[in-house]
Amino acid sequence: MSGGGLRRIALTALLIALVVRPSWFAWAFAPFAPTGGPVIYERASLLSLSLNHLGLVVLASTAATAVAVTLAILVTRPAGAAFLPLSRTITNIGQTFPPVAVLALAVPALGFGSGPTLVALFLYGLLPIFENAITGLTTLPPATMEAARGIGLNGWQRLNRVELPLALPVILTGIRLSVVIALGTATIGSTVAAKTLGEVIIAGLLTNNTAYVLQGGLIVGLFAVLIYDAMIRLETYLTQRVTGGAAGR
Amino acid sequence: MIEIDQISKVYDGKAAVDAVSMTVETGTITVIVGTSGSGKTTLLRMINRLEEPTSGEVRINGVVTTSMPGHILRRRIGYAIQGHGLFPHHTVGRNIGAVPQLLGWSKEKTRARVDELLDLFSMDPAQFRDRYPAELSGGQQQRVGVARALASRPDLLLMDEPFGALDPIIRARAQTDLRRIQRTLGSTIMLVTHDMEEAIHLGDRVAVMDGGQLVQHGTPAEIIQNPATAFVADMVGGVDRPLRLLSLIAVADIVEDGPATGTPIAAEASLRDALSACLWSGRDALPVTRGDAIIGRVTLPAIRAQAQATA
Ligand SMILES: Nc1ncnc2c1ncn2[C@@H]1O[C@H](COP(=O)(O)OP(=O)(O)OP(=O)(O)O)[C@@H](O)[C@H]1O
Ligand SMILES: [Mg+2]
Repeated sequence: MSGGGLRRIALTALLIALVVRPSWFAWAFAPFAPTGGPVIYERASLLSLSLNHLGLVVLASTAATAVAVTLAILVTRPAGAAFLPLSRTITNIGQTFPPVAVLALAVPALGFGSGPTLVALFLYGLLPIFENAITGLTTLPPATMEAARGIGLNGWQRLNRVELPLALPVILTGIRLSVVIALGTATIGSTVAAKTLGEVIIAGLLTNNTAYVLQGGLIVGLFAVLIYDAMIRLETYLTQRVTGGAAGR
Repeated sequence: MIEIDQISKVYDGKAAVDAVSMTVETGTITVIVGTSGSGKTTLLRMINRLEEPTSGEVRINGVVTTSMPGHILRRRIGYAIQGHGLFPHHTVGRNIGAVPQLLGWSKEKTRARVDELLDLFSMDPAQFRDRYPAELSGGQQQRVGVARALASRPDLLLMDEPFGALDPIIRARAQTDLRRIQRTLGSTIMLVTHDMEEAIHLGDRVAVMDGGQLVQHGTPAEIIQNPATAFVADMVGGVDRPLRLLSLIAVADIVEDGPATGTPIAAEASLRDALSACLWSGRDALPVTRGDAIIGRVTLPAIRAQAQATA
């Protein structure tokens, strides 16, 4: 097995152990805990926090992908072309808006809990996907598009058989960026009482317990690294299936 | 029969195609020649409505092309695009089979047709069928592009510089193949080129475009003998004109009785080949054969008579 494969398995095993059996690592975190204070976070199970955290990310990213790709398709059709500059502007404004501000604004409307976090993750996830989908759909080889029309594909067939498959690698990159951003942003969600891994980190910060901070940080970090890696491999696989590897050349 | 009726395309106030009218008979090859930017591609694209004309109309067998949706029209018309335009994410086989698949052919029938076409263009199906366009040479990509246009055996074929990227040997073979395919299937072909040699070799009719206008439309011989404008005369190449004319006439047309010695020439060869053989071997007459039999001779003075301007 390759070195990358071994490292991946080792990291996955470490992550699972950290989440399911945190007490195994008490010896490692003890030096960072305040004297006499708790070493391992026990107010909520790390497993349920992790599942909740991932659940929010998956839900928000799926919705963001659906909306962003649909919008990108609409504004790249001849009928929607007039909206392309406007949608680009909105995208850019959205990107400069900090996630904390979105959270703060969403609380009055949605109350505390997962609601505002989901909204923030969704809004924040839209941007990279939309941007990449637009890039992918507007930089298709002109001769190929001309041929697609020339042989008699209608608009729908061109989209499904030519445009989306050729834009897929770029769109997938946008989704990957968006997911990784969401994994990080979801930790901030615990400031408005969403049940995410951020809870562990914040508890550590409030009680001056570095052991908690390390625990929460390590788990979120490992999730991000492993998911990023898994998505790169999924992209390579899908790209090869759709393009026969020709697009990567 | 294709009737192009006063068709124009104006871009930004400038006419790329300017009131062009011509009639293309069924079962013939019409070659459109002209310099770069003269509107050849635009004219071709208005026939299958990739471009909507600013004014004028096109009728195919009496039916106005705007009477059906553009994509339905285009499925019936083969189109080989300038610069191939293959789908990079589909194999050679899927590229060639694209139109048959759209038309609902069975998998077996499509596959058989793909192999047949690859064979026709001297590409081994077993070797090339499952490759991706990126794995082909430029000339191979272009041949696959032409094969895709031919796949559903359309009655009408539009080809935009289909042989541009081919080396002279493959090019000559592709031209001969196209001629043969066209003769057997009786298809109507409109082909764009900026190579007058190709136009004369392939065309039943040659249409010369200059600055968006159709300046002359006629048989290759007419174009060479009576160029309508100085531009056309220039295109048919001043000094080469007698040789081009000779290349259009078969030895069989002027064969006469009489003695001749040395290596014979085939009756189907052109007078240009015969002249070349005379000069090369220092003879004034060549025996002419049809099959194995000698049917007469062709003489230098007779060839010379054919090469003169019919003023
Ligand atoms: N979409 C367009 N918008 C504006 N002008 C165009 C457009 N398409 C073509 N033209 C112009 O129309 C003229 C004719 O172009 P066309 O592509 O028909 O030339 P062509 O004879 O095919 O040339 P080539 O031999 O270089 O392919 C050119 O001056 C070109 O710049
Ligand atoms: Mg052109």
